[in-house]
Amino acid sequence: MPVNDRIVITGIGLTAPNGNSLNEFRRNLLSGRSGVVNYETRYMPPVLAGVCNFDELRYQSRREVRRGTRAGSVAIYCSNEAIRHAELDWDNVEKCRVGVYLGITEHGNVETENEIYEISQFEYDTKVWSHHHNPRTVANNPAGEVTLNLGITGPHLTVGAACAAGNAGFIQGLQMLRLNEVDIAIAGGVSESIHTFGIFASFQSQGALATHEDPTQASRPFDNARNGIVVAEGGGICILERLPDALKRGATIYGEIIGHAMNSDASDFVLPNSERQAECMRLALSRAGITQHDVDLVSSHATATEQGDIEEATALREVFGGTNAVVNNTKSFIGHAMGAAGALELLGNLSSFDDGMAHATINVDSPDPRCELDQLVANQPRDLGKVRSILNNSFGMLGINSVLIVQKYED
Amino acid sequence: MTGEEIRQVVLDILERIAPDEDLSGLDDAMAFREQMELDSMDFLDIVMELRKAYRIQIPEDEYEHLTTMATTVAYLEPRLKDVPVAG
Repeated sequence: MPVNDRIVITGIGLTAPNGNSLNEFRRNLLSGRSGVVNYETRYMPPVLAGVCNFDELRYQSRREVRRGTRAGSVAIYCSNEAIRHAELDWDNVEKCRVGVYLGITEHGNVETENEIYEISQFEYDTKVWSHHHNPRTVANNPAGEVTLNLGITGPHLTVGAACAAGNAGFIQGLQMLRLNEVDIAIAGGVSESIHTFGIFASFQSQGALATHEDPTQASRPFDNARNGIVVAEGGGICILERLPDALKRGATIYGEIIGHAMNSDASDFVLPNSERQAECMRLALSRAGITQHDVDLVSSHATATEQGDIEEATALREVFGGTNAVVNNTKSFIGHAMGAAGALELLGNLSSFDDGMAHATINVDSPDPRCELDQLVANQPRDLGKVRSILNNSFGMLGINSVLIVQKYED
Repeated sequence: MTGEEIRQVVLDILERIAPDEDLSGLDDAMAFREQMELDSMDFLDIVMELRKAYRIQIPEDEYEHLTTMATTVAYLEPRLKDVPVAG
């Protein structure tokens, strides 16, 4: 591979329901601390959700927060944190050579629901519909708000990819770097989904919204007692650079993206397809130039729906059966962060390159035999000694699959 | 509402629109835009807030009356004289 095609992660910014920095997130994942809480949403009885508590005003004025969206605030917080973490000399970065590529599951539902509620208070008089609605709901909003906040004049866009979006954001950034469209990619995924009642109501109507007396036990992928998804908000954004650029400025390299793949099930609106998922993983392995035996840790997508977990476990057994690759699941701690899920799940595992640990999949009290995985890291973290490569799964509705393989960078 | 009450209503709206600004020294004779960060979308918020709180419709060709605090109060006074301050 040409050296300029080697893309590395040099900075990380995140907000998750159980942590607002890489270290805090990692610490809580290793100590088994969930971020799922009771939550109130419009029109519905109380639900459960993964709620973030980052400080919006750390990088935005109150005016910016008022004008913008929650997704924009998530993206701005994570992007600024990533730039700071990367120790970029931001004042001297050529802003026209920076691109912002953010995966989203959906965007605009929050603002549209808010406006419909607002006009309902005025007998549906559309004259009180906000003039801010369009700039808040255009699909590029979260990425565009980042460029406004940081003075970035290079390209920006969001990548709509359902719950495969986190990986898709990274992949878009990687490709733009390889095409030499930009020198720095601010890439990842964001979600503000918990601020719309519609996502909860829809999952409930689908019979796929998790309930549990104890919020921290509600998200239980691969467990017999799982009863659906815990919706979460969050963001996971990385600074991606070409390897020579990173080395030239003496950047700390947190990992190298060595493989990626995306494909489509072409089989159902909502039901996943283990065959296509397995194909996607194999394609990523092939592009990375490694085999399944070279993967140490698989970060699973499983959302705690009945069929979804069975399909992914089937695909994982097919690809990784008989290997030493362990499997874990970050959603068991934070719920399903939608557009941010793939990004946060990768970032929650990235520190394993340094500490050699695989964080647990919590709440696996009674493993579902239909999801049998020999190497599932259940309930307690596992010391792997050394972790060299992570494969991160992220799948979504309409049959969209994404896989990213990240390797520890070694000179 | 009296002129003074209308002034307070407008000031409250401006404080919501520009929460980072200190408006304690607002000069009633000077254009809003010359003494605070206020773009066209913010300006429309003034119109919208008045519409929501007092059901007052301000035609676009009359926006020019909302340039300073003094002209805004003078414009609104006859239109809101029989309207109580919203709770």
